[in-house]
Amino acid sequence: MTLEQFLLNFTIFHPLLGAAAVALLARDAKQSKNIGTVVSLVTLALTVFLAARLNATQFQLQFVTSVDWVSALGIRYAVGLDGTNAWLVVLSSLMTLVAVSTTRDDTKNLKGFYALIFALQTAMLGAFTALDLVLFFTFFELTLLPMYFLINFWGTGNARKTAAKFLIFTFAGSVFTLIGIAGLAITHRNVAGSLEFGLIELQSMVANGKLWVGSESQTVLFWLFALGFLVKAPCFPFHSWIGDTYEDSPKAGPILSSAMVKLGSYGLLRFCLPLFPEAVQSQAPILIGLATVSILYGAIAAIAQTDMRRLMGYSTLSHMGFVLLGIFSLSYVGMVGAAFQQLAHGVTTAILVVLVWHLLEQYGTAKLDAFGGLKAKMPIFSLLFFLGLLGNVGLPGTMGFVGEFTALMGAFESGARGTFGISVGFAAAAGAGVVLAAVYLLVMYQKVFYGPERLQEGPDWTDVRAASMVPVFGLIGLMFVGGLYSTVFTAPTEASTQAIRLMATSLPTQRPSLSNPDQKIDLEPTAQQGALVDTRTGTVITPGRLRGYVVAPVPTVAEVNP
Amino acid sequence: MINFPIPATDWSLLLPIAMVALTGIFALIIEMVQPKRDNGPIVAISLFGLLLAAIQLGIQFQAPETVSFAGTVRRDAFSLAMQLVIVLGSMATILFSDAYLRAKKIPFAEFYPLMLWSTVGGMLMCASTNLLVIFVGLEILSISLYVLAGISRNEAKSEESAMKYFLLGAFASGFLLFGVAQLYGATGSLDLNQISPAWQTGDVNVRTLLVFGLGLLLIGMGFKASFFPFHQWTPDVYQGAPTNVTAFMATAGKTAAFAVLYRLLEASRDLSAFWVPALGVIAALTMLYGNIVALQQTDVKRILGYSSISHAGYILVALMAHGLMPDKIGPQTVVYYALTYTFTTVGSFAVVALSARDSGESTELADLRGLLQRDPISAVSLVVFMSALIGIPPGFSGLFGKLFIFQDAVAAGLLPLALVLAVSSIVSVSYYLNIAYQAVVAPREEGSEPVRVPAPGTIQAACAVCVFVVVAAAIAITPITNLIAPK
Repeated sequence: MTLEQFLLNFTIFHPLLGAAAVALLARDAKQSKNIGTVVSLVTLALTVFLAARLNATQFQLQFVTSVDWVSALGIRYAVGLDGTNAWLVVLSSLMTLVAVSTTRDDTKNLKGFYALIFALQTAMLGAFTALDLVLFFTFFELTLLPMYFLINFWGTGNARKTAAKFLIFTFAGSVFTLIGIAGLAITHRNVAGSLEFGLIELQSMVANGKLWVGSESQTVLFWLFALGFLVKAPCFPFHSWIGDTYEDSPKAGPILSSAMVKLGSYGLLRFCLPLFPEAVQSQAPILIGLATVSILYGAIAAIAQTDMRRLMGYSTLSHMGFVLLGIFSLSYVGMVGAAFQQLAHGVTTAILVVLVWHLLEQYGTAKLDAFGGLKAKMPIFSLLFFLGLLGNVGLPGTMGFVGEFTALMGAFESGARGTFGISVGFAAAAGAGVVLAAVYLLVMYQKVFYGPERLQEGPDWTDVRAASMVPVFGLIGLMFVGGLYSTVFTAPTEASTQAIRLMATSLPTQRPSLSNPDQKIDLEPTAQQGALVDTRTGTVITPGRLRGYVVAPVPTVAEVNP
Repeated sequence: MINFPIPATDWSLLLPIAMVALTGIFALIIEMVQPKRDNGPIVAISLFGLLLAAIQLGIQFQAPETVSFAGTVRRDAFSLAMQLVIVLGSMATILFSDAYLRAKKIPFAEFYPLMLWSTVGGMLMCASTNLLVIFVGLEILSISLYVLAGISRNEAKSEESAMKYFLLGAFASGFLLFGVAQLYGATGSLDLNQISPAWQTGDVNVRTLLVFGLGLLLIGMGFKASFFPFHQWTPDVYQGAPTNVTAFMATAGKTAAFAVLYRLLEASRDLSAFWVPALGVIAALTMLYGNIVALQQTDVKRILGYSSISHAGYILVALMAHGLMPDKIGPQTVVYYALTYTFTTVGSFAVVALSARDSGESTELADLRGLLQRDPISAVSLVVFMSALIGIPPGFSGLFGKLFIFQDAVAAGLLPLALVLAVSSIVSVSYYLNIAYQAVVAPREEGSEPVRVPAPGTIQAACAVCVFVVVAAAIAITPITNLIAPK
């Protein structure tokens, strides 16, 4: 076992050690927080180290540990990293750090609070790295109860109902995913004689075109799979939990949720695209339509909100819509953009969540009409808020811009070429979402920070101390670094993302196979072999008109060495 | 000298059952010579006897499959595994029984012998494919349970429970016996495995008898397993009976019924054209009805009663899948699900048993409030049990149980039932969560101080054992499935 393999496994379960450390060592709230912060810093450092050690030119999974768990049923404990999940692992550690370090000392039952946060982190790290469907699903479902109790025990308002709604919605989606998993394993048994849950093994069966031979259930199984992920993402029309969850959660809820929703988009990228290529191609117009509706519906609903927390919830729906748009554009730019937008949404949302919940904790309300004229009273706070807002709007130079722009780019590219029946109209409509985002965010800023002061009788309006806002400074710094040097974040994802795209769009025998260590994905746009083919029409897809507009290099044609 | 052919007998097949039966007799003798104040020795002896039986069952997994006693007793992996589930469930129930019975001032030490003999009945049902032996087993199981359900003599609802259970149980036995008679008429044998040959060679009359006989048998067992629409007794009986008896009824009693149904459907796969539509509808209604009605309940024992109805529906899907493809779909799913269901249910009832006070108990949802402060161990255990019943971590084995049922259902072409299962389990989330909510989050009543009242040690131990099994069964799937896999 190499160092990286060991560290990957250690990192997944490290937060549980942290929970134990907090429970056993801490004597008061201050100590709990210090120990918790140190533990999550260590986890973050480990994940960054692992991401840095990743060989970015390789699309195959790295640092793989695979141990038989249920040998009779083909279930394994298998984890590994590649460009698709490396940054998400870092993101979930970062969000945990933010959640832990911004928790107030007077939170009731602090040890239990941290224990649940750390359990959630282990669940997320496990789900993001799992390479076995059953293992993935176990970790995926492990996120439910910690989040349920976080909302229920520490939430505000209608926390009980909200917590139940969150759990029931997610469970309702994922139970169909479980049927899909069972169905996929049975499909494998029908073809190869044994049950199989391993991603690498299943994908190589798909890659050589054997798995789906003679099976008519691909589309059904695809939708069963996708349902759980679309609820988690969230995607219209399965989104209605997100607004309530944001409104009634304690601060840590939305912060962690901004990493957790990526389990949805990640599940689509990791499992749905590589395993159900024909279904993905035929259903792409529907999915891209849902993504577009999510973007617009989320933005319009956000405009109508009177509570900043709900507004942030619908903003998440809208922003995650761009991720889905990018993924199902099935174009290289769009998918790299989607991978990036996952990070961008996490970072930019977390900034505003910390600030909005600061207002809530100080003044007991997050209603838009309860505030006004804060800019004069709290200059530092309003500056931070404004910077965070710019990232959410998607101003060039911030992470939000790169993610949304490239995702839209991808949708335009596919739309302009007409691949997979995707219409350019989707991209045009989704583009309006960017404008609407500016509307709801700037209106929020205007109501809260300008205009007459409404909360007359409130406590004194002292500005935040800069020292208490260290996590926000860090996130804002990251937001600009990511916006200006986006290739730092996109480069490691490109090989894997391109491979996933080719797995979903190539003809059966030309698909990259995760189990073949010698295959290389060529990212240079010069190669002509293995041209992209629309498998429905059989026509070779030529490089599109829109090439060259993008931040990352755009190989529309990739070479696949068999 | 009359030449009476004595069939070859292998006594080892009956050894575990005999052990439990003899332990029951031994416990009864101890009860007669001991003063009634202290039931400790009886509990210890009962647990010890069951443990020996469990070890003996474990050892016999190595022995070859065989049939003895003129074909009336069968030893195969399935029969041993289901007997083991019943014995273990019985042990877990007895573990928390003493504290409960003492708190409720039910001083009757006959409880333990009756419990053991009831276990014997259940084991016998698992160990045979002979209809008459199955019937005898069922009666041993049931008659002990009729007495046990009414053992809380001061409570009207306990008597009501016993009476209802007895009347409907007798009714079910009638159906069962009538079915046995018809099958005997058709096949000329009491062995289940004669159904298939009789169907293949029989004429119209024989086939008619077979269909009706099978139907009556299914109705009879449907009562015991509480499938819709034969479930009417379940909530009332579960609510009225002492909590530990309920725990036993809901687990061992049902497990035995599932074992018989497993054999029955396997033996009558030629008749699947008849039973698939009928049982399909019954399974769907059982799953949905149990879960939907549970939403309306406020009594925890009733909720768990309806929950047990819906879980019977889930297992029925697995039973049907096996019955359709006995060669491809093995006993793993049924055994695994019965095992995890047994321990989650016994554990949940152990927590409910905490509410017993002074010859009474109050098992409303609201009575769970503040459990986390009173006794954190049982509160956290309850959360694990509820998560296992939902099928999410940390109740890992509940998740795997569902996965296996889905697998079998898809493989056997029962996808619609899998979807119904999915929908009905979504419905169930809400009431399971409510129980967890009441125990952990819900505020206590005004004015009451957060007093720490630790639960009796045996109840905590029962909770801990059940949590351990529920979690460990997920990690140790390989050894479990290897044990059950037909050799």
